[in-house]
Parts: sequence; structure tokens; C-alpha cells
Amino acid sequence: MNFKLKDIGPQLMTVIAVVLVFGFFTYNAQVNMENRGIDFGFGFLSQESSFDVQFSLIEYDGSHSYFRAYLVGLLNTILVSVIGIILATILGVIVGIARLSPNYLINKFAAFYVEFFRNIPLLLQIFFWYFAALRALPLPQDAEAMFGISYLTIKGLFVPAFIWQNSNIFFYSIVAAIIAIIVIRTRAKKKQETQGTQTPVLLISIGLILILPLLSFLIGGVRLSFEIPVLKQLATTSFIYEGGVSLPPELIALALSLSLYTATFIAECVRAGIQGVGKGQKEAAASIGLTPNQVLKLVVMPQALRIIIPPTTNQYLNLTKNSSLAAAIAYPDLVLVFAGTALMQTGKAIEIVSITMFTYLSLSISISLFMNWYNNKIAIQEK
Amino acid sequence: MFKYLKQLTSLVAMVAVLFTFTTETMAAKKSKTLKNTQKKGFVRCGVSQGLPGFSNADAAGNWTGVDVDVCRAVAAAVLGDANKVKFTPLSAKERFTALTSGEIDILSRNTTWTLSRDADIGLTFVGVNFYDGQGFMVRKSSGITSVDQFKNGISACTNIGTTTELNMRDFFNSRGISYEPVAFEKADEVVAAYDAGRCDTYTTDKSGLAAQRTKMQNPDEHIVLPETISKEPLGPVVRQGDSVWEDIVRWSLNTMIEAEEYGITSANADSMKTSDNPQIKRLVGAEGEMGAAFGLDNEWNLRIIKQVGNYGESYKRNIADTGILPDRGPNELWTKGGILYVPPSR
Repeated sequence: MNFKLKDIGPQLMTVIAVVLVFGFFTYNAQVNMENRGIDFGFGFLSQESSFDVQFSLIEYDGSHSYFRAYLVGLLNTILVSVIGIILATILGVIVGIARLSPNYLINKFAAFYVEFFRNIPLLLQIFFWYFAALRALPLPQDAEAMFGISYLTIKGLFVPAFIWQNSNIFFYSIVAAIIAIIVIRTRAKKKQETQGTQTPVLLISIGLILILPLLSFLIGGVRLSFEIPVLKQLATTSFIYEGGVSLPPELIALALSLSLYTATFIAECVRAGIQGVGKGQKEAAASIGLTPNQVLKLVVMPQALRIIIPPTTNQYLNLTKNSSLAAAIAYPDLVLVFAGTALMQTGKAIEIVSITMFTYLSLSISISLFMNWYNNKIAIQEK
Repeated sequence: MFKYLKQLTSLVAMVAVLFTFTTETMAAKKSKTLKNTQKKGFVRCGVSQGLPGFSNADAAGNWTGVDVDVCRAVAAAVLGDANKVKFTPLSAKERFTALTSGEIDILSRNTTWTLSRDADIGLTFVGVNFYDGQGFMVRKSSGITSVDQFKNGISACTNIGTTTELNMRDFFNSRGISYEPVAFEKADEVVAAYDAGRCDTYTTDKSGLAAQRTKMQNPDEHIVLPETISKEPLGPVVRQGDSVWEDIVRWSLNTMIEAEEYGITSANADSMKTSDNPQIKRLVGAEGEMGAAFGLDNEWNLRIIKQVGNYGESYKRNIADTGILPDRGPNELWTKGGILYVPPSR
């Protein structure tokens, strides 16, 4: 009993102290707000927002609620973070491996890239890419068509929109292909364990994911057509593309600068991970007759990943949080839409800032929980 | 259970930090602002991050503008020296929080007086020092000469956190035009993006358009369209709950406007003490007890006029002579065809 109290005591005291501090500040804020005639409450979330947003993944205009505006901002933050994480990972892995290349030119170029981009403040890079892009990109009427259907202009990237018929059948065909691949993989693994024969799983998987959706076109009645952007004149010298999908230059500049910046850190994680696998491991693997590909896939990578994942998780978190710099270049993310315009229109500073902080906190915790789960999965399984 | 303790603790800690910001100053008891200001020896004034004619800092860090002059007037009245002002540049987004949290005591930052701002968020507007309205700027080469020529798909650059965003929506909606709002946090980025060709039009208060036009690479390539789509009465704001301070700021502004009405300038203020007109004598502290109710001496208004000048002098110095808006338009005295009309000092 005594032992337990000694164990829990300090933690209990910490919790009590935290609660007291929290309570003190809450009370203090309440008194101050009352003195100044500011109401506290979340009722404003259901009020009409009456402002428009440039770019939204869900249907939204000023007649929707502030809560809807919050969702718009949140989804835009998630969108740019996901794009950024994917690009940064691809680029980071390539550069990380390139830094280990015996080729002098590749090696030095990768090192230069890493040192250059990670040592310039991100906000400056965002401004640079945004305003450099604005200066360099053509006006809509001067833009050259890419592949005859897409236009990269100062007002954004205009690409054709897909128009589906029976899109649900196409969707089911992909789901069916994925299920089939999972079944075949488990079967193949079992077969290898019991009979020792290998199945070309990768080839079968690629075949399935191509053939099943193709069949849906041929016999499932799925049709796909494109809506190609068309130039429209607004005034003597002002033009815009209509139809198709447009990606604002703000999104492109932000995703580009976030991934170029974060990729440098990921590249260093990857390099550290690969260098962290002992040389003896590779030699031992080679000595038992594994091919160089098998050495990489079965011996080096599984061990390197254990070193790479935890610091890379930090970089993913950083990228997500850094995306809040979007406000500087008018990309309507959570901070610009909700902690910016909505805060101004309602004056609910405490409510909105706390919602925004909790949202970023939840995003970060979700990412870190997912990465921890993945890290545990690939960690050494103690038996 | 303890697996998530770390995350929980960080969460609680964050919330605690959040509330610290709001508790910086607890002193919001009645008329404490005046006492604190005199104790500190300077007036804490929130201004814009750079709007020529209204509040703009030169290379040496000297602030000028009609909004700046309101704060200088208050400093002259309560401290005796118009230079004893500490200016805090604020973005549109930060301005009200800075005021309600007690970081500044006057917000004089081309801020539109609206019902919801006055009533909802712990603020009190004390008057109007510039009557403005929202307009649009376009490139001359576009051939657009009126908002009637706007078409579906037009992109409009503007600032976030202002009434501009709401007026813009009302305007385009009522005309059934679809538009792309591109909203930046700082005015400099709006100007840079519009100047680069990102947007077809730039919309904000007309005075702001006129001022920002001077910052463009080639100001002559842009025109401000004649239409005004909203009323934007701009004026100084104080925190709710200190009515004496509120009165001091209100009457500092009123004094400047009334001084112009009676022809009192910074040059002739001293000689006006012997005027035959009792109204003029009251405005230069030579008759009546005009400062007692504020807790000030009788010459507070004389100091404003001597050190800052009357409203007309301030307008001429900051807005007309700098070429921003040579024509005073509605910001002319009521006696000269404008709408500047203030209650009498008596």
C-alpha cells in the first residue's frame, strides 16, 4: 500500500497542480471577459458565415454556417498536408539514397540541395515560390496548352474534369481487385511456408488491378469523358478558363515549398537509417546466398526502417503544422478561414483559437498514433 | 491508462498556456486607463501595418497619418506631449484582440464602425475620422470602366478579417456574378499578388485603394472604379467599460474637427485665447471648466490644436499633400458641403 502511494503520489500531485493552474486561468479569463462584456459560447458555429472561400473540397458559400467554414478550412489543411507528405517522402527517399551514391555528382548535388533548402526559413521559401511563380507564369490568354488539354497559368492549373457514367461499378471493380490481391497474398505466403514454392504475387496483383477496372469499362457500362477547360474573355485583357478543374497557384506553391523543405529532413533520416545498418549484416546476408535485391528487401530495409520511422514521424508532424503558414499566401487553410476570417467576423477569439489548437493537436496525435502503430508493426518482434 | 497520459498532459498544458494570453492585464476597472497612461508616460495606440495617409511609418520609424494624429491628440491632451505615443502595428485580424486584451488603449486603424463590432466584442466606437466606402481597382488595359462590366469568373484580391470580404459577397451575390475571392492576411501581399496579375480586381476601402495604388510598380496602369458599394465610416475604437477614457478619445477627435470649423489652427491657437467668441475661447481653454470632467486641466484642447493641428491641417498634411485623395469629398466640414459634423464643446 505504502509502496503504491509512493509510486502514484508525484503523478497525482502533478495532475492536481495542472488542474489548479488550468482552473485559475479559466476563472481569470472568465472574470476579464465579463468585465469587458464579452460573451463566451460556441453558438456562433451554427450562424450563417456570410463570407466566401476561394477553394473548397466540399460545397460551401457564405450562406452556410461557420461550422461548415471550419470543415472547409480543415479539409484544405488536410489536403495540402497529405500532398506535402507524399511528395516530401518520395523526394526525401530519393535524395537520401542519392546522398549515399558513389557517384560524385549525384552525391554532391543531393548534399547541396539538403543544405540549401533546410537552412532557409520556410516562410521565405513559401513567399519565394508563390511570388516567383506569379511572376514566371503566363496570363491565361498566353498560356501554352500542356498535352493540348491542361493550362498552367498565373490564375492556377486548369486540368480536364472527369465525367463518369456508372462510376460506382468502376469503384466496386477496384474494391474487388484489392480484396482479390489480399486473398492471393495470404494464400501465397501460406504456400511458401508449407510447400516452399514461390508465387509471382506482384505480377498477379498488377494484372488484377488493371484487368478488373478494364472489364468494368468493357462490359460494366462505365463511361468516362473529359470536360476540357475553355478560355473565356472577361474584359479586354483579362481572361479565365472555364470548365474542368482548377487548382489555385496558392495550393501549388504551398505544397511545393512544404515538400521541398521537409524532404531535406526526411532525406537525412533516410541516410541515417541506411547507414545505421551494420556492414556485417549485408555481408552475412550475401554469404548465405541472398541476391543483392533480397539483401536490400529482406535484410537492410527492415532494419533501416526502424531507424527511419520515428524521426520521419516528427517531420510529418512538422509539415502538417507548418501548413498553417498558408495564411501568408492566401491559401484558405484552417488558420486563414477559421482562425482568420471567422475569428474576425465573430470576435470569438478564445473559442476559435482553442478549437483551432485542439484541431491541430488532434491531427498531430492522429498522425503520431498511426506512425507509432506502424513502427510497432515493423519493430523487432520479441518471442 | 497511463499510455495516453503524455498526450493528455500536453493537451491540458496547451489549454493553460492559451488562457495565459487573455489574462495579461487584469486592470480594467473604471477610468484606470487614464491613470495607467499617465503612470506609464505614453499612450498605447494600435495602428495599421502601413497605409499611407492613415498610419504609415517612414524609414526612421516616425508614424504619420490621420489615424496616427488621433492618438497624438490624445497624448497631447492627457500627457502634454503629442510625441508620447507608442505605436503598435496590427493586422486586421489581430486588432480587436489586441485592444480587448489590454495590449493597446486606442485602436486607430482605419476600422469600420458596424453594429456587430460595437455591440458584440467588447469594443466601443467613439466617432468617425474618415468617411469611406468600398470600391474596386482594375488595370486600365482591361477596358473596364464600371462594375457593370464584371463577368462570371472574375477573381478579386482582398484582405481577410475585414468588412470587405462580406461586402464583396453581398455585392457579387446581388448581381448574380460568380467570383473567386483571394484573401491575404497582409495588405502588402494583396498588392503584390494583384500587381503580378493574380487577380482581375483589387477591392478594399477607396481610401485604401488610393493609398495602395502609390505602392504599385506602375500606379498609372491602374484605376479605381467610380462605384462605391458600401458605407465605411472609419474611426477610433476603445475598450468597453472605461467611459471616461472613451470620452477623452471622443472629445480629442471632436476638438480637432471643431477647431477647423472655427478657424483655429496650430499657428493661431494661442492668439485665439483673447477671441470675442466664447465658443472659440472654450476650445482653447480660455473659458469654462472643459477638462475637469475628464480629470484633465483646462488647456488639454489647446495642446491638441497647437501640437497636432485641426482636422483640416491633418488631412492636408497626410492625405491631400501626399496625392492620395486631394479632394476631401464627404470628409469636408458640414458648413462646406461635407458631412463632418460634431457636437459642440460646451
